[in-house]
Amino acid sequence: MSEMRRVTAIRNGTVVDHIPSGHAMQVIRILRINTSRATPVSLVMNVPSDKLGRKDVLKIEDRELNQEDLDRLALIAPAASIAIIRNHAVAEKMRVELADDLVNISKCSFSNCITKNAREPMPQRLRVVSHEPLEVRCYYCGRGQDIGELIENII
Amino acid sequence: MGDVVTMDDLTNDEIISILDCAERLVPVAKGEAHLPLLEGKVLANMFFENSTRTRMSFETAMKRLGGSVLNFSSVGTSVAKGETLYDTMKMIEGYSDVAAIRHPRQGAAQYSADAVEIPILNAGDGAGNHPTQTMLDLFTIRQAHGSLEGLNVVLVGDLRYGRTVHSLSHALVRFGARLTLVSPSTLQMPKEIVSDLISEGADVTETGSLKDQIAEADVIYMTRIQKERFPDEDEYAKVAGIYKLESSDLGGAKKGMVIMHPLPRVDEIAPSVDTTDHSRYFQQAFNGVPTRMALLCRSLGVDVPKKVK
Repeated sequence: MSEMRRVTAIRNGTVVDHIPSGHAMQVIRILRINTSRATPVSLVMNVPSDKLGRKDVLKIEDRELNQEDLDRLALIAPAASIAIIRNHAVAEKMRVELADDLVNISKCSFSNCITKNAREPMPQRLRVVSHEPLEVRCYYCGRGQDIGELIENII
Repeated sequence: MGDVVTMDDLTNDEIISILDCAERLVPVAKGEAHLPLLEGKVLANMFFENSTRTRMSFETAMKRLGGSVLNFSSVGTSVAKGETLYDTMKMIEGYSDVAAIRHPRQGAAQYSADAVEIPILNAGDGAGNHPTQTMLDLFTIRQAHGSLEGLNVVLVGDLRYGRTVHSLSHALVRFGARLTLVSPSTLQMPKEIVSDLISEGADVTETGSLKDQIAEADVIYMTRIQKERFPDEDEYAKVAGIYKLESSDLGGAKKGMVIMHPLPRVDEIAPSVDTTDHSRYFQQAFNGVPTRMALLCRSLGVDVPKKVK
């Protein structure tokens, strides 16, 4: 059985492939998928992958991811490949790309940053100073960010 | 435009040009020459945290150039009632042409610069940056040594929380100085700053001992261990008073070596040092005036004449 067939093919929606093994739940969070709603979401975790060794796959029915979703996704799954499915066929393929400027995607984790006052109206902004290895700093306070914490602090 | 939030907002050429302007403005800073370049302009001194030298030297700088100053303090104002920084800055934008801001939270200056159209001069944000202090430090070092290149600058004390040394170390590296960082292990320079300095090609040495560094130093830059930045008293007590310079320590120092300190000092530098040829900290405090004059002129787009009478 092909690894992609562990769950049924979807009619319309998005397949997110090549998620680092064990991170599918975080992807659900980062994409703000409301798991209590009726839309079917299929999750495959820790399946063998030529590219990653092991990987997770997520199939989201009746939702097409947009560029903002992809920008957010890039924080956890920079190697993910995205397929938009329409009427059972792949209508579009996309790759995620981490932007240099992350606006309102996650919050700075430094306790003394000006953005810690939740009433301050300016957007949360993070700068990607290096993609490989991933290094992210707060645009305002300049503090280096722990990637795990950034994922916890997803807006 | 015209913002100075970190030293990265200034190119090396701009830094040199500001220092040159500051040099020409010294007689005006001393009150010996009259030059109302900023007449009719208003500076908002936005101090959300206490300050003596920075606030007063900004005020003197503006007034000596014929401008006027609005002094803001967060005590007993709308900020105490819960006003956001954004709202406070939007208000002050309507009252002034340029603002100097000091704030206990890191990133407050960049945040303000993004919120308003008037130029923002960062006068210290938490443990972040303090570029106008850096400019006056560079001015003082250049005044003592003629240039900045190739100098061995020893930064001493609280390198973790001391925003002054964060900005200064970056700037010194840009001008080719060598850095020796002297601090207890709990107060070392943050690792992202050291890694940045090294990637910028800096020659950086980290050590815990000050006395070994005196003979080779061109500049010894002392800082206060800042009690207010420590989460608890015990941690402070462990490192308080760890570095002290006495005039008797300076016997082996180079002739032109200068001792600087952003002030206030506690006991890092004994009063006996004040009368030696090495002491520069009071000169350094004065240098805040011409340097900030030059920065205010730049932010407001006003040229400083080539000759100041």
